Amino acid sequence: MTGATTDPAALPRHRHLLDFAAWSAADVVALLGRADVMAQVLTRTIKKVPALQGFTVATLFFEDSTRTRLSFERAARAQSADVIGFAAGSSSLKKGESLRDTLRTVDQLQVDLYVVRHPAGGAPYQLARWTDAAIVNAGDGRRAHPTQALLDAYTMLKRFGASGGGKGAEGTGRRGAEGADPERPFAGKRLTIVGDIDHSRVARSNIELFTKLGGEVALCGPATLVPAEFGEVPGVHVVARLEEAVEGAHAVMGLRLQQERMSAGLLPSLSEYVARYQLTEKVMRLACEGAILMHPGPLIRDVEIDSALADGPRSVIEEQVANGVPVRMAVLYTLLVGKG
Amino acid sequence: MTFKATLMGEVELERALKRIAHEVVERNKGAERIALVGIHTRGVPIAERLSAYIAEYEGVTPPFGKLDITLYRDDLTEIALQPIVRKTEVDFDVHGMRIVLCDDVLFTGRTARAALDALIDMGRPAAIQYAVVVDRGHRELPIRADYVGKNVPTSSSEVVQVKLAEVDGVNAVELWERA
Repeated sequence: MTGATTDPAALPRHRHLLDFAAWSAADVVALLGRADVMAQVLTRTIKKVPALQGFTVATLFFEDSTRTRLSFERAARAQSADVIGFAAGSSSLKKGESLRDTLRTVDQLQVDLYVVRHPAGGAPYQLARWTDAAIVNAGDGRRAHPTQALLDAYTMLKRFGASGGGKGAEGTGRRGAEGADPERPFAGKRLTIVGDIDHSRVARSNIELFTKLGGEVALCGPATLVPAEFGEVPGVHVVARLEEAVEGAHAVMGLRLQQERMSAGLLPSLSEYVARYQLTEKVMRLACEGAILMHPGPLIRDVEIDSALADGPRSVIEEQVANGVPVRMAVLYTLLVGKG
Repeated sequence: MTFKATLMGEVELERALKRIAHEVVERNKGAERIALVGIHTRGVPIAERLSAYIAEYEGVTPPFGKLDITLYRDDLTEIALQPIVRKTEVDFDVHGMRIVLCDDVLFTGRTARAALDALIDMGRPAAIQYAVVVDRGHRELPIRADYVGKNVPTSSSEVVQVKLAEVDGVNAVELWERA
């Protein structure tokens, strides 16, 4: 039968994904439900649908990236969008062209959506003011990396299930316990994030998203890398001792030590960091039964996480990468399809 | 919308579906290698009912699946709001099967086209046939149904609603006038 089935309550219309400020919990839950459908597409013999045929996605990466960029390209192509790439290192930015003029130039190529990574916090927000195209923030400075947080949330829901359920008909894998609040799938769940919180856009976006969906977050790391004000965010606790932070956690996330962003010596020594904050099997035994180990990558083995743990059964690090594609497919679809 | 007429009641609807089930068996010379695939939303219970009727007559229950064609629609950029994307659940190998696509109303033919694309992406069926409860005309593509419960000539301002107990709580086919 013709005539689209639409449900504006379950399917919000957003122009950009810069962070989650404009996204309600229901919006996010609907998007994660949509990722379930996209994941199914990727299991078929022909892992491609024509949903975004005719759309052009441009990846504007002003910072190095492997997994995020490839993941977005895979997500766009799996829906038949055209993809054009841009790397700052080989662009006219090196000749002195301004960011705005670069965008104006690329805009002439009829781009519908930009995936932007930039070392300066706020750059994607500024670009959103200069173009009519949709913007997805693929990481800006230490500010936000929303699609990483979405794929982390999706991975957690897949692994330890949810206490809530997806709204509406979209998605089928997220119906949870009877009576649970579908917009708080992480109610009663705790995510512990360990390491260089201060320089981490992944941590910021995960804190924003996990608490929005009803969960609690514990932060742990050297005091120089965990600003105390994080503890003032509702649902967030700063815990000094690693063992205490991990105890009872449902998911534990290690972060990369971003030494390239550390202007001063924020660590006494790497060996001291390893001794006090490295995630090991011994520490993980304090977490909940079945707790999962996460890391957004790239992982520096035997620094943030003991190698045996990283390769062990608790680790979902590779699943996180795999889940990035359906989640980003859902993001691109949600921003591009339909008229706003 | 203004209600105009009931085109089929519960009895007529059931009779039409049973007739289609017989026609499917007759045309395919039995129920072997037949599978029914319903297009979301109302095509799904139609496929399930046809499968049950065929099981009753032939003693063989043909597999049935659920197909969402949203990601294959050719009007995604025309829709003001985002269409709901549902999971496709076709848990059998479509290769070599005689698939009967099921839907409630055949109108422009665009849904059928999208469904053909979606099915062929899953494998290579031996044949794809098309069953609908109502054919209301106004085709925009060269597509016709193999099995039709009722042909209903309509004007473009009219709307045909097939109501099924599984979705709507009642079984009926109604004609409405758009406001």
